[in-house]
Amino acid sequence: MLDLSKNYFELFGMPVGYVIDIQKVQKRYRDLQRVVHPDRYVNATEQEQRLALQGAAYINEAFETLKDPLRRAQYLLTLHDVDFDPETETTTDTGFLMEQLELREELSEIPRQAEPLEAATRFMERVSTMFNRLISSIAIDFEMPDAKQLEEAREKVRKMQFLKKLHAEAEAAEARLEEEAML
Amino acid sequence: MALLQISEPGEAQAPHEHRLAAGIDLGTTNSLVATVRSGQPDTLADNHGEHLLPSVVAYAESGILVGAEAQQQHTLDPHNTIGSIKRLMGRGVDDLRSLGDELSWKFVATDSAVPRIQTRRGNVTPVEVSAEILRVLQRRAEESLGGALSGVVVTVPAYFDDAQRQATKDAASLAGLNVFRLLNEPTAAAIAYGLDRDADGIHAIYDLGGGTFDISILRLNRGVFEVMATGGDSALGGDDIDHAIAQWIIQQAGIEEVDAVLERQLLQTARSMKESLTQNDSVSISISSTGWQGELDRAAFHQLVDPLIRKTIVACRRALRDAGVSADDIEDVVMVGGSTRVPRVRELVGEFFGREPLVDIDPDRVVAIGAAIQADMLAGNKPDEEMLLLDVTPLSLGIETMGGLVETIIPRNTTIPVARAQEFTTFKDGQSAMAVHVVQGERDLVTDCRSLARFELRGIPPMVAGAARIRVSYQIDADGLLSVEAEEQTQHVNASIEVKPSYGLADNEIADMLRASMEHAEEDVKLRLLREQQVEARRVIEALTAALAKDGEQLLNDEERKVIDAALLQLQQLADGDDAAAIEQGIKSLEQRCDFYVERRMNSSIHDAMAGHNIHEFETLEES
Repeated sequence: MLDLSKNYFELFGMPVGYVIDIQKVQKRYRDLQRVVHPDRYVNATEQEQRLALQGAAYINEAFETLKDPLRRAQYLLTLHDVDFDPETETTTDTGFLMEQLELREELSEIPRQAEPLEAATRFMERVSTMFNRLISSIAIDFEMPDAKQLEEAREKVRKMQFLKKLHAEAEAAEARLEEEAML
Repeated sequence: MALLQISEPGEAQAPHEHRLAAGIDLGTTNSLVATVRSGQPDTLADNHGEHLLPSVVAYAESGILVGAEAQQQHTLDPHNTIGSIKRLMGRGVDDLRSLGDELSWKFVATDSAVPRIQTRRGNVTPVEVSAEILRVLQRRAEESLGGALSGVVVTVPAYFDDAQRQATKDAASLAGLNVFRLLNEPTAAAIAYGLDRDADGIHAIYDLGGGTFDISILRLNRGVFEVMATGGDSALGGDDIDHAIAQWIIQQAGIEEVDAVLERQLLQTARSMKESLTQNDSVSISISSTGWQGELDRAAFHQLVDPLIRKTIVACRRALRDAGVSADDIEDVVMVGGSTRVPRVRELVGEFFGREPLVDIDPDRVVAIGAAIQADMLAGNKPDEEMLLLDVTPLSLGIETMGGLVETIIPRNTTIPVARAQEFTTFKDGQSAMAVHVVQGERDLVTDCRSLARFELRGIPPMVAGAARIRVSYQIDADGLLSVEAEEQTQHVNASIEVKPSYGLADNEIADMLRASMEHAEEDVKLRLLREQQVEARRVIEALTAALAKDGEQLLNDEERKVIDAALLQLQQLADGDDAAAIEQGIKSLEQRCDFYVERRMNSSIHDAMAGHNIHEFETLEES
């Protein structure tokens, strides 16, 4: 389908860029799904149903990508022809890597702290602050995306990947603590 | 002189026909059917004025009984009376062990993955048992509406996995129903509540049924129901409360041997005690066989049920976390399912969310009512309706990788429909085949997850290790059902795929069941196939005619229009005949010839949606 080969920004009728108006993205998402969602094609031909399914899945993917700061950055890199594979990319910034090791150690200690749930919350707040700092600075890189800026953005994306994973692990740890307390 | 109206073929659109549609809540303990009549959704009663149909099927000497009649057989003839079949839907023979000690039926070993229950009227699968219940509800709806149903929405627990959903859909097909959509039960309840109250905001739906528990967190925004997260347990419900009480009686009364008949009696006693405790502070019982007399008060009852309720609260906590919201963000907590009548459930759930739960729509009927509203909309009876449901997949879907580990391809709580793909490679030189094992669940090890299907990709061209690029694509449709494809990318080899559902029925098994059910109905399979093709042909013709009337002029030139009109006419003629295969071929050929038109239509509606945006955006700019 022609329109669905458009990039996610075009599909949502927005300029290609890192800074987005999330409310606008949400509204466009709903408007698009209102016309494409398979629920609108229950009585249509099989082929229309197939197209609706593909279209709705594509719009969902676009929405997930645009609203997520990390996925949006990764996607922008690929749009700018930066060959980027989230599976294999990793930073070589030793200072950052050392800090990550320390944070991970700290995370593993949380269950043994006096107030583990509060410690987990504080820990996640710290990770979020680091992540948000990268978001603000990557936004600037994408404003004038020349080769140098894109390389910097790529390095920040690598770091964001680390932090996101760490945050998810901290969340899982907090969930375990909470469930233990409840049962 | 009066002018005659000129009518072009295809243009004269029949006034929209009201299509008969129904919502079906296929429950563990009770099932219901509801429809929308004159804009009002309501559940339908049987001849005795009963709305609830007990989900019990008895394979009696006199015939197959469903509902209250079957329930009367339950204690008398437990081996031939089947209740709570929902617990076995989509379950494999291996799963029975975990449910085993509670089940009084005899299972037959076959080479199929699906368990078969031995009854005096032959061996039956859970799908067939469910189809019997669905047939009764279908008849009730058709008698009440005075015509054949064009389609139904059947509800399933949000936490049902792929095999359980597929089994439910198979049961509906076996009953001869056209399934518009499988709808998640909490989402159905949200529709019934949301449209009733016009309540924008974030809501929690707590659904504790007879055998399943769901929690859904969803955002309602001007007719859009967006499920943010869902969680639950597809083997936890009011039945477990009954079992806990029955266990307590066995212990207290010192009963040593429990056969199937006594177990049935105990469970019935337990259930009435549970019901009595919703009103009274204590309930006394006596067991005639041992002469034991006892009393269960609320405090002791709470000790029995609190662990079960706590399990549901943990799932609520997790769903909130997945949705990225806290309990304070929740506008309303809606109680669904008969088991939420237990005051202790309301108390603990209210405590957790910090607000009084809503119970003002009958918790037994709210799901069927929501399903009826959705069915009415999907049937096309409300073309201007703005309602839109965006649901999620409850469990992560992954693939087995080296070392028995799971690699997630679609994480839980992803909005459906969704399509995701991952690439894999060969690890041996000249490797020509690859095994793909599809699993569902949240754990890291394959053995801790649910196996959905296995297939083998064959015919990979010979290459050195690591050179092949095999793309495995997962797609979940709007019913929450998964399909998987695999393809070798470098040489675009369409390698063969053979899917073996781990716990589902194979296509030929379903065909066999259909044949068997036809013998009962004294109807010919061929005739049914012909009817199905005719209905399908008429549906396609109707859909296309409506589309052409709407935008055929704009989107097609004369040449294109002629080709489509000719194909339409051809199918019309075929549909009047009695050759099912020819009709099927005719539908395919018409669809092929309309391919480009369908694409144009979809693009044009996307275009229109976006055009509307730009104007709106301009306005908001002005305002701000």
